[in-house]
Amino acid sequence: MKQVIEGNQAVAIGAKLCRPKVIASYPITPSTHIPELISEFVANGELDAEFINVESEHSAISACLGAQATGVRTFTATGSQGLALMHEILYVAAGMRLPIVISVANRSLSAPLNIWGDNCDTMAERDSGWLQFHSERNQDALDLVIQAYKIAENKEVLLPAMVTIDAYSLTHTYEIVDVPSQEEVDAFLPGYKPLHACLDPENPITQGACAMPEDYMEFKYAQQKAMQTAEKVVDDVFEEFENKFGRKYRKIEPYRTDDAEIILLTMGSMTGTAREAVDKLRERGTKVGLAKITVFRPFPKKELITVTKGANLLAVIDRNISLGLGGATFADVSSAYINAADRPLILNTILGLGGRDPTVENFCEIVDRSKEVMKTGKVERPVEWINVRKEDVT
Amino acid sequence: MKNPFSHEVKIVGKITVGARITQPGNSMEYKTGSWRSYKPIIDKEKCKKCGICVTYCPDASIKRTEDIPVIDYDYCKGCGICAIECPSHAIIMKPEV
Amino acid sequence: MIEVRFHGRGGQGAVTAARLLAVAAFKEGKYVQSFPMFGIERRGAPVMAFLRMDDKQIRIRSQVYEPDAIVVLDDKLIKAVNVCEGLKSGGMGVINTKRKPSEIGFKDIKMATVDATSIAVKHGLGSKAAPIVNTAILGAYARAAEEFGVGKIGIDSIVKAIMESVPSKPNENADVAKEAYEKSIFA
Ligand code: SF4
Ligand code: SF4
Repeated sequence: MKQVIEGNQAVAIGAKLCRPKVIASYPITPSTHIPELISEFVANGELDAEFINVESEHSAISACLGAQATGVRTFTATGSQGLALMHEILYVAAGMRLPIVISVANRSLSAPLNIWGDNCDTMAERDSGWLQFHSERNQDALDLVIQAYKIAENKEVLLPAMVTIDAYSLTHTYEIVDVPSQEEVDAFLPGYKPLHACLDPENPITQGACAMPEDYMEFKYAQQKAMQTAEKVVDDVFEEFENKFGRKYRKIEPYRTDDAEIILLTMGSMTGTAREAVDKLRERGTKVGLAKITVFRPFPKKELITVTKGANLLAVIDRNISLGLGGATFADVSSAYINAADRPLILNTILGLGGRDPTVENFCEIVDRSKEVMKTGKVERPVEWINVRKEDVT
Repeated sequence: MKNPFSHEVKIVGKITVGARITQPGNSMEYKTGSWRSYKPIIDKEKCKKCGICVTYCPDASIKRTEDIPVIDYDYCKGCGICAIECPSHAIIMKPEV
Repeated sequence: MIEVRFHGRGGQGAVTAARLLAVAAFKEGKYVQSFPMFGIERRGAPVMAFLRMDDKQIRIRSQVYEPDAIVVLDDKLIKAVNVCEGLKSGGMGVINTKRKPSEIGFKDIKMATVDATSIAVKHGLGSKAAPIVNTAILGAYARAAEEFGVGKIGIDSIVKAIMESVPSKPNENADVAKEAYEKSIFA
């Protein structure tokens, strides 16, 4: 049923439809509405689950980990400093191969203290062994939570997953979301059957044991293999979802890329605004298209190279900064092309940090700069910050 | 170089998902008694049967009995903690031969 | 696409007003998007909220810089904030005030005013010091939109949206919207 709801609600409802048994959460702006709503669902009997109030995000994810290790589906929501505080346990959950799903409201990291949007928080966790799904709209947030469980729990994958929604521009934005029925979701995502991690007195096991140098590397290799397997599983699950719900998700989603000379590579909610810019520039005769990253881990190298085939320039847009290098996506994207025979020029733009509003004009400016670079074929400044007062920084 | 810990490694070979261990109580299979160079011996005369050594033994190698505690030398690694903790100085550490 | 900007103070319900109007437009088959000005919520501080509505899917997510209409929940704000900033020429303004449009002194704007505060207080919504005027102002919006042909949303849809989504005193809130619809003035 179509409803006008905010991004946080979309996540909370998506999570509820997946019937988690344990939700442990600590509130943080701008994702607080999620645990508020879920605690209401639990209190009024809509969701049969244990809601644990904890004293920090470190405890929230630890409680989820402990619960998941007993063999139940779990959920939590956080963002920014909260995700950073979870950092240690994120690695433990991934290493123990517990398919926990969390949502992250992408918010900047302090200092200076700032509660607005960018995705430095999730980028800082890209090496943790978690699958990463990024939402452009509230609909994506709901749909991706459901699909994330299915992918994470696949017996060939067994990896935790995070689904992101941008601070405010999704979390607090009301728009139309088609909310599937419980029956539809149950048919797509059956109840969780723990395959390897569960508390069963008849069959006791030890979880979270130590691995010596003889074994540790094999466990990491196994995680990497699971990530590789997830590439295929993601496609399968996306396809099944499309068949059942009629909404199509792709790891890299192209928009007007067919004859595009310049392709903007975007992620999250800025994509919608970038689409407007693409249409505007197309009207003026500029051959520009867009590719949106929906799945950031496992990183969709092949799909990226396929989508950009024939393009002269790929403009990677990052709403984050890996200080001392450039955008986090830029680094990953560049590595995808390192051995490719045919590759576009790659430019990186940093914008929208700490909630600075990405506008249509920003994307047009990126395309203008791309055109300049294409004229000479030389990339002199691979990383450029835009809409920033450089003159005030002395 | 041979890893000094290699005799402890049990799981070399098949890697389980998430490093879980599916054989409960498998530390029974590690006979740490082979590490011992000093052997704790309880002096029956001095022992007050207080059980402190039972609590302190890091390898759970000392068992309480009706009489004085009994040390399981299959697992006693000879660390000497029991001898230090015994309030009656009833345990002596004797070099292995 | 029609873009509306709401000006209010923290606690007055500007964000809810934008959301209710979005729900009303959704009921009329429109695509909608509403969001608060991304700020720190403090009671009494000037706040903004935005609404977009269109016949096709709305993709843009930047804030609204050039609205088609502005809705002001508190006329004292006019001194502190340039509520007309970026307003498209020929745009519409709906203001909660005891004054007439001609007394406000905005030029080139299609204006409607309504004494939403008195209407809300009369129906027991909030207190004199802190009246809850967000549903009353929506009635005035419906009327002004009809009058000026900008961003039309029917009063019936607004009343339905209020009845469905206002958790406390839905009937009173619907009544103030209807009364404000009747009592809006244009000159
Ligand atoms: S601690 Fe000493 S006295 Fe006490 S039971 Fe052990 S050997 Fe005996
Ligand atoms: S020497 Fe160490 S291992 Fe052996 S019994 Fe005493 S405390 Fe236990």
